[in-house]
Amino acid sequence: MNDKDKIDCAIKPLVDMRNICISFGGVHAVDHVSVDLYPGEVVGLLGHNGAGKSTLIKILSGAYAMDSGEIYVNGEKANINNPRDARSYNIETIYQTLALADNLDAASNLFLGRELVSPIGFVDDDAMEAETRKIMGRLNPNFHKFKDPVSALSGGQRQSVAIARAVYFNARILIMDEPTAALGPHETQMVSELIAQLKAEGIGIFLISHDIHDVMELCDRASVMKNGQLVGTVDIGDVTDDDLLGMIILGKHPDEQ
Amino acid sequence: MTNTLNTGGSDAPVKKSHMNRFIQSTELDTRLLGMLGALALIWFGFHIYGAVVNGFGAFLTPRNLWNLSVQTSSIGIMACGMVLVIITRHIDLSVGSVLGFCAIVMGVTQVWILPELIGFEHWSIWIITVIVGLIAGTLIGGLHGYLIAYHSIPAFIVTLGGLLAWRGAAFLVARGETISPVDSTFRLLGGTADGAIGSTGSWVVGLVGVTTVIVSVSLDRRKRKTHGFALRPVWADWFIAVVGSAALIGAVILVNSYYWPRGIVRKFADENNIVIPDAGLFISYGFAIPVLILVTVGIIMSLVMSRTRFGRYVYAIGGNPEAAALAGINTKWMTVKIFGLMGLLTGLSAAVASARLGSATNALGTLDELYVIAAAVIGGTSLAGGVGTIYGAILGAVVMQSLQTGMVLIGFDAAIQQIVVGSVLVLAVYLDNLYRRTAK
Ligand SMILES: Nc1ncnc2c1ncn2[C@@H]1O[C@H](COP(=O)(O)OP(=O)(O)O)[C@@H](O)[C@H]1O
Ligand SMILES: [Mg+2]
Repeated sequence: MNDKDKIDCAIKPLVDMRNICISFGGVHAVDHVSVDLYPGEVVGLLGHNGAGKSTLIKILSGAYAMDSGEIYVNGEKANINNPRDARSYNIETIYQTLALADNLDAASNLFLGRELVSPIGFVDDDAMEAETRKIMGRLNPNFHKFKDPVSALSGGQRQSVAIARAVYFNARILIMDEPTAALGPHETQMVSELIAQLKAEGIGIFLISHDIHDVMELCDRASVMKNGQLVGTVDIGDVTDDDLLGMIILGKHPDEQ
Repeated sequence: MTNTLNTGGSDAPVKKSHMNRFIQSTELDTRLLGMLGALALIWFGFHIYGAVVNGFGAFLTPRNLWNLSVQTSSIGIMACGMVLVIITRHIDLSVGSVLGFCAIVMGVTQVWILPELIGFEHWSIWIITVIVGLIAGTLIGGLHGYLIAYHSIPAFIVTLGGLLAWRGAAFLVARGETISPVDSTFRLLGGTADGAIGSTGSWVVGLVGVTTVIVSVSLDRRKRKTHGFALRPVWADWFIAVVGSAALIGAVILVNSYYWPRGIVRKFADENNIVIPDAGLFISYGFAIPVLILVTVGIIMSLVMSRTRFGRYVYAIGGNPEAAALAGINTKWMTVKIFGLMGLLTGLSAAVASARLGSATNALGTLDELYVIAAAVIGGTSLAGGVGTIYGAILGAVVMQSLQTGMVLIGFDAAIQQIVVGSVLVLAVYLDNLYRRTAK
C-alpha cells in the first residue's frame, strides 16, 4: 500500500522482488517474500537470526538461484543466475561474511573478478593498487596496509575493504548485509555518513541491520521478516521503535494490533 | 599481488638484526633462503659423507649434478601443476598412472601407428607424438576436474580411482608390452648426450638469462619510481642482479664441464672424420633439453600465477572458495581447467620420462604422485589452500631428487631410501607449520 504513492508519482522501482521462494532441504528459508526499492531510498531488512534476510538478498546478488518468484530491475524482468549477472545490473553487495579472499591483498580483493589488465592481458597490480589507495583514502583514510593479505587486517579494516569493493564500481543498487557488525562507534558513524551520501546520489540501498536505532535513523522504509516470511513493510515515518520490535519479535504488523 | 610467504612487511617490529635488515632490503623470501640452505646442506652432506666413508665424494661433481638436473625434470614439470591443484584445496593422486598411460599412448603412436602411415623416423613423428600425449593428458585431467567440480566427488577419490584405472588402462593399451624403440628425435626430449644443447648453446641461454635478470631488476626499479612506491636500496638491487647472474653463469660453467664419455666421443669423431688430438677431445654436454623444458614451464607457470587473471583466481579460490564464487568467478570451470592443466603437464612429463628411457612401459611413473606432491609441499604449498609458488615447487623437486640421488650414490639400499624420503616429507610439513606460526 505504501508503494502506491510512489507508483502514482510514476517512478519505477529500481528493484522489485515478487513472491520469492527458496528452500534448503525442506526448510523454507524464504517463503513468498516481496520487497521493492526505489532510487535514493534506503530500505531496512529486519528480523531475527535465521529469518531469511541474507538468503533473500543473496538471491538478488546472484549467489543463490530462487525456486520461484520474479525479479524486476528498472521495471524490466531480470535474469539473475549468478553473481556476474547481478553485477551487470549494477547490483553490488557487501556480504555479512565480507566474502574476502584472506590470502590476497586489499587491491586484489577489491578488483576480484574485475581485474584491471594491461594491453597484453596481464593483471595490472600497480594500477589496481593506485585505484585502491584512492577509494580507501575517501572511505577510510587511516587505512595503510595495502601490501598485506587481508588476513592481517583488523575487523574494521576488512569491512572497509568490502565496502570499498561495493562502492567502487558505481553501484545503482547496493546491498549491505550488516555492514557495521565488526565496526567501532567511529567507523559506524562513517558508514552512516556514507549511506547518506550514496542515497543522495540516487543509489537504492537494502540495509540489513540488527540495530533498530540505525534503522530508524537511516532508512526510509523497513521490511520485517520472520521464519522466512514477510511480516510487513512499513514507512519509518509511520512507526516507532516499539512497533518495529513488535514486528520482529511477535511477527505482527502494527496495524493488526 | 600478495605473496603471503613474504613476511618482510613494512610494519614488522622495530628491533632488527643485520640479517633482518638484509632480508627486508632485498625483499628476499625467507622461506626460499631456508630451502636453499637445506639444499646446500643435503648436497655438501652427501658429498662429505661419500668422501669420508667411501673415500670419494661423488655428489658435487659435474656429472652427478648434471644427471640430477635431468632426473628432476619429469617430477618438476608435474610439480608446477600440482601447486595449482593443492592451492585450490584439491589433490591429484593419479599423476604417476596418467604419466604411464600417456607414455604408452605416445609409444603406440610413434612406434606402432605413425611409421605405418608416414614412414619410420619421419621428421614429424616426434611432433605428432608429443601433441597426442599432451591431448591425452589434458583430456584425462579435464575429466577428473569435471567429476570433481560438477559431480561433487572429492578430488581424493576421483584421483585415487584414477591412480588404479589409468595404470590398468596403460596395461590394456599395450597388452603389457614394452614399446620401443622410440623415434630418435623424440629421444632428445629425454636429455641423453644428443639431447643437450652443448657449450655454445648453453652460453647463449646463460647470457639471455643474465640479460633478463638485469633488465627486470632495472624495470622494476623504474616502475616503482613512477608509481611512487618504496624503492629497494641500490645495493640491494645490485645484490640481486649480481647473485642472479652469478648463479646462471655458474650453472653454465657446471654443465659445460661435464663432457661426453670417451666412447661416444670416439664414435662421434669416426662418424664425422675428426682426428682426436693427443690431449683428448672434450665435448661438453651443456644444458639438457628436459631441463630447458622444465625451466620454460616454470617461467610460463610463474607468469600465469602472478600476472594473469587465471592465476589470481587460483589463489582466490584457495583463499576462500565462497568469496571467489560470489565475486563472479566460475569456480567449477576453473577446477576443470586446473586439472586439465595438471594433465597437460603430466603428458609433457610423460614425453620427457619415456624419451629418457627410450621406450614406453606401463609401469613408467609408478610412485611419481608421491614425489610430485612432496615436491610441491616441501616447496611451501599449503595443504590448507591459498598459498604456494611455482619456484618453490621446482626447488622442492630438486630437494627430493637430491635426497634420492644422494642415497643411491652413497649406497643406501632402497628400503632405507623409502624411509628417509617418507620421513623428510613429514618433517618438511612440520617445519613449515612452525615457520608459518612464527612468521605471524
Ligand atoms: N546454503 C544453505 N543451506 C542450507 N540452509 C541454509 C543455507 N543458507 C541459509 N540457510 C537457512 O536458511 C535460513 C535463513 O538463513 P539466513 O538467510 O542466513 O538468515 P538471516 O540472514 O536472516 O539471519 C536459516 O534457517 C538457515 O539455516
Ligand atoms: Mg544474515
